[in-house]
Amino acid sequence: MKIAVLLRPVPDPVEELELSDDGTDLDRDFLGYVLNEFDDHALEEALLLKDETGAEVSVWALGTADEVDQILYTALAKGADRACKLGDDLGALDSRAQATLFADALGDEAPDLILTGVQAADELVGQVAVLVASALDLPHVEVVVGTEPVDGGIRVTKEFWGGITGDYQVALPAVLGIQAAREAPRYVAVSRVRQAQQEGNLEERDVTAPDPAPGVKVVEMRIPEAGEGAEMIEGDEAAAADAIVEILRRAGVA
Amino acid sequence: MSDNVLVITEHLEGEPTEISFELIALGRRLAAELGGQVEVLVAGDGAAAMADRFGGADTVLVVDDARLDGFDPEGHPRVAAAVVEARTPKVVLVPYTSEGMDVASELAARTNLPLVSYCKDVRATDGLAATCQLYAGKIEADVEVEGDRAVFAVLSGAASAADGMGGGAGTVETVDVEVDLPGRVQALGFTQPEAGDVDITAQDVLVVVGRGIESEDNIAEAEELAEALGGAVAASRPVVDQGWLPKTRQVGKSGLTVKPKVYLALGVSGAPEHVEGMRDAATIIAVNTDPQAPIFGVAHYGWVGDLFDLVPELLERVES
Repeated sequence: MKIAVLLRPVPDPVEELELSDDGTDLDRDFLGYVLNEFDDHALEEALLLKDETGAEVSVWALGTADEVDQILYTALAKGADRACKLGDDLGALDSRAQATLFADALGDEAPDLILTGVQAADELVGQVAVLVASALDLPHVEVVVGTEPVDGGIRVTKEFWGGITGDYQVALPAVLGIQAAREAPRYVAVSRVRQAQQEGNLEERDVTAPDPAPGVKVVEMRIPEAGEGAEMIEGDEAAAADAIVEILRRAGVA
Repeated sequence: MSDNVLVITEHLEGEPTEISFELIALGRRLAAELGGQVEVLVAGDGAAAMADRFGGADTVLVVDDARLDGFDPEGHPRVAAAVVEARTPKVVLVPYTSEGMDVASELAARTNLPLVSYCKDVRATDGLAATCQLYAGKIEADVEVEGDRAVFAVLSGAASAADGMGGGAGTVETVDVEVDLPGRVQALGFTQPEAGDVDITAQDVLVVVGRGIESEDNIAEAEELAEALGGAVAASRPVVDQGWLPKTRQVGKSGLTVKPKVYLALGVSGAPEHVEGMRDAATIIAVNTDPQAPIFGVAHYGWVGDLFDLVPELLERVES
C-alpha cells in the first residue's frame, strides 16, 4: 500500500498573532510556523499503518513557509520513506489553491490512501482533504479517528458528536481527513531530525501557485477584545486565588 | 436563480440535530433580507418520516433514498449538490459539523459556488457577507462574497434553535434527483460512547485542563483541586488526543456538552469547537497565560497567569 500524507505549516498557535497594516491578513513577516496539529495526527496514523502492513509512506508539503523543510525532515526522522516539497516561496495559499497543487502532484503518484488533517486553523474556504478528493474523484471521509486495513479497502471510524462514532468500509484509493490518530503522535529526538537533514533526502518539485479563486474577499480581520464580557481579576496568584474562592462561594460550591 | 435560502439539515439515528434548527433560524433572517423563502433539505433513508419536524421552513425538500443509510460521506454531498443545481438558491447553509465537513467542500466544488467556512454570522443586507472565526478563535474575519451566491459552513450557536422550529409553512415536497452513487463508502453502523468512570455532564464543578497543563503528570494537581471542590476533571481535545485523559472526559464539539455550576478552565485556549460544549455553564472562570486566549471571550471571570502558580494557592484555601 502507498500512503501519501499532506502536511501543512500553520502559524504557531501559542504565538501572539498580529495583523497586517491594511488589516486584511496576519502580519506574516515575523510569524513562526509549525506543523498543523491534525496533520501530525495524519502522519502518525500513516506510520501506524506502515508498522502494521509495511506500507510505503510519503509526505508532501507546499513551500509556503520557511519551516517546511524542517517539517518534512521531522517526518522522515519519524519513519516516512519519502518527502517531497512542492514549490518554494509560494506565500500563503487558500485551501482551494493548496488542494489543486496537491492533487496535481499526486495524480501521477496514484497513492492508495491520502491522509491529511481534518482541518487547519487558517482555512477560510474549507477542507483540503475533501477538495483533493473532489479533484481526483476519490471517496473521502472526514473526522476520522482510526483506521484498519481490511480486504478490499480500509475500515475507518468517523467521529460524529457526543462521542458517537460511525464505522465505514472505504474502497481504495481514498482520501481521509484525520481528527486524531489511534495513538498520540510519536516523539522523535532532535538528533534524529538533524541526521535526516544531513542525509538531505528531500525531493523538490517546481510548481506554480494558481490564481486565487475568486469569490470570497476578506474585508477586515480583527483580534477579538480579550476578556470581552469577562470580569478580569487583577493581581498575583494569591490575589487571584482569593477572588476565585469568593466566586466559588457565591456559586455555592466552596 | 431564486432568492431562496437552502438549509442542508442533518440527522443522526432518525433525529434532526439542534444545529439544523439553528441554521433554519439563521436562514429565516437571511430569507427576509433577500425577499425569498427558506427551503430545507432532508436527505437519507427514512427522511420522509422526519419531514414534519421542519415547520420552521417554508418548503421541506425530502430525498428519501434507501442507499443513503445513516450518513453517507459519498452520497450526501452528491444529493445536496443535485438539489442545489435544481433549486438554484442564493444562499446554502451547511452545519460546520462532522457531517458538514464532508458535505460543504464537495457541494461547493460540484456546484462551482464559493465556500465560506467557520461562519459565526451570515448577512444578506448588502450583498452576501459573513463573520468567520479563524486560528482557533483568535482572529475574526469579515468577508464578502464577490458573486451573488455562496455556500456557508456555519458554526453552532449562530442563531437560536428554538427560533428555527416554527414560523414557516413546512410544505413537504418529495424530490427526485438523479444521482450516481458509486458506493465506494459503505456505512457499517454507529457506536455509542462507552460510559466513563465519571459522568462529566452530571458534575456541579468541572476543573477543565487544556494544552496549558503541559504533561500527563500535571493532571494530578487538577484532580486534587477537583476533588477538594467536590467535582471532576474534564479536558479539551488536545489533552484527550495525547491520551492523557479518556475520551469520556472531553468537552466540546466532538466530546460532550456540559452545563456545570462552575467551569474552571485551566490552560484552555477556548477554540470554537471547545466553547460549543461549555458556553452554557452557569459560572465560567478562565485561567490562561495568553491574554488573547479566546476563552476570555466566553468566561465570566478571567485571570491572566500561570495555572501552576494558582492551583496550589487555590488548594490551600479550599482545603482549609
